[in-house]
Amino acid sequence: MTGIALHHYLALSAILFTIGVVGVLTRRNAIIVFMCVELMLNSVNLSLVAFSAYLGNPTGQILVFFVMTVAAAEAAVGLAIIIALFRNKQTVNIDEINIMKW
Amino acid sequence: MLEQIVHSVKLLQPETALAVTFCVLLVLDLVVRRKSNLAAWLALLGLVVTAFFVLQQASSGQNSIFFNMLAVDSFSVFFKFVILASSFLIILFSLQSDELNSGTRRLGEYYSLIIALTLGMFLMTGASNLLMMYLSIELTSISSYILAGYTKEAEDSSEASLKYVIYGAVSSGMMLYGISMLYGLTGAVDIYGINRALTEGDINLMALMIASILMVAGFGYKISAVPFHFWTPDVYEGAPITITAFLSVASKAAGFAMMMRFFKVSFLDPTVGNLAMGAWASFQGFEWNQLLAAISVLTMTLGNLVAIWQNNLKRLLAYSSIAHAGYMLMGVVVLSNEGLAAVLIYFVVYLFMNLGAFYTVMIVANKTGSEDIEAYKGLGYRTPLIGVAMTIFLLSLTGIPPTAGFVGKLYLFAALINGKWFWLVVIGALNSVVSLYYYVRILRNMFLKTPERSAEPIQFSFAHVTILLVLLIPTILLGVYFGPLVEYAQASLVMFGIQ
Repeated sequence: MTGIALHHYLALSAILFTIGVVGVLTRRNAIIVFMCVELMLNSVNLSLVAFSAYLGNPTGQILVFFVMTVAAAEAAVGLAIIIALFRNKQTVNIDEINIMKW
Repeated sequence: MLEQIVHSVKLLQPETALAVTFCVLLVLDLVVRRKSNLAAWLALLGLVVTAFFVLQQASSGQNSIFFNMLAVDSFSVFFKFVILASSFLIILFSLQSDELNSGTRRLGEYYSLIIALTLGMFLMTGASNLLMMYLSIELTSISSYILAGYTKEAEDSSEASLKYVIYGAVSSGMMLYGISMLYGLTGAVDIYGINRALTEGDINLMALMIASILMVAGFGYKISAVPFHFWTPDVYEGAPITITAFLSVASKAAGFAMMMRFFKVSFLDPTVGNLAMGAWASFQGFEWNQLLAAISVLTMTLGNLVAIWQNNLKRLLAYSSIAHAGYMLMGVVVLSNEGLAAVLIYFVVYLFMNLGAFYTVMIVANKTGSEDIEAYKGLGYRTPLIGVAMTIFLLSLTGIPPTAGFVGKLYLFAALINGKWFWLVVIGALNSVVSLYYYVRILRNMFLKTPERSAEPIQFSFAHVTILLVLLIPTILLGVYFGPLVEYAQASLVMFGIQ
């Protein structure tokens, strides 16, 4: 325990967040894009919990519960929309979802 | 504790009324038959009841309820009125939209989601806790994702919806990261606590700047400011027109309300005295308004320049709404009450002129099935009423006197000049000139081109004319008689926690 300080958690959280953002920007499959968004949210949860433990203040952990719930709701709506789109176009590749430009 | 909760519940009546309406509509959808407009009328009834409760709140002074979760003050009441008016009008639009009422679509869910969206925006106007901000943004966003894709058999509608979800999820993720940093820096999640922590302790300015940039990502996405605007044109083009109109006015108003409250309350330095009347100071060395000034210039310039190339009217109005968000951001940059009042005035004006423009596009699309600028050829001769109404809305959007849009811009520019932001005024004025070009393109098509031989006049009913007049009369009237509006906006600047 003595070896792991606040900044270790924050660094891990920042790395996970960056991986999430890069994934959203580079991946072409809509479902993987959603997984990367989940990664971003979970990295935030990690930093909230770390701050909460560091400050000795439980508010951060309560925030995490709400973030998890909202993330689940958002994923449900997102997957439903992907299905609606798949019925129209038979693809979930973002490069082919391009009837509107500029 | 119990006393505080009882007191809070009393002040939550408008939101409760909306939540009840939402549940009633959901259940109703299971029992009534498909082709019934009952849901729409019930939704309107719910909005009227809500308006009654908001009116009561208007006289209840400044309060903070549920342990600083929500503020109920003049500022939030003002925005609640703007949001209520637009959702009322949007439900009326929806009753007449052929796009929605064709086929065997069930519309009960549609109206219940509009009510849920209104509820989310109500909470956004009062949110004074980072958790409440996040939850209310998500409530608005998730409802609008579904509504944007409501005509799901149309390819562009589901594409719009997917793009909306992805951009929305990424920017709310970024905002959350900002929230976690702010929480870590200050140990507080309500904006008053954040302000106290910033006043007392010395905070790492670099970290604070990064946290507020991340917060701006969340706000910027809601108000569609550059560089978080990428979803706007696609979603506005693909979504049903009614939803596009709703997002362009109400959702933007809620985003602005939340952003102004967050920046003003958390970063106000109460120790700085002797300022000019109505001006306020932000913390030493922390100039978040410079950041917003840059975003504002980018937003209006990009919005106006790209709008020039658009041929689809919905897409054109989408870029024009991006540009208008840029104008309104100028009012926030000034750091004075005068600037905020100008934003409030602009929103009322914008409500009528922008909804009017979208309504006209909807009437034309109902008849011709097209939103292309070519469909407007000779409209001024085929259907003079619609042509003249569209002309007035577009001139007002440009800001030409004696329309309401001129008054909105006048107060914005006056606030900027009093705040000594001359370069921003010049850029704003140049942008208005650019915007004239693409608005006039539509006018030219309507009046200077001859209609195609086959084009028939557009039929409209008494209900169409009534709604058109409801939007048209304020657009002209507020251009010549704006005293009461200005006074009301100036009286509505009181936020809880600020003297």
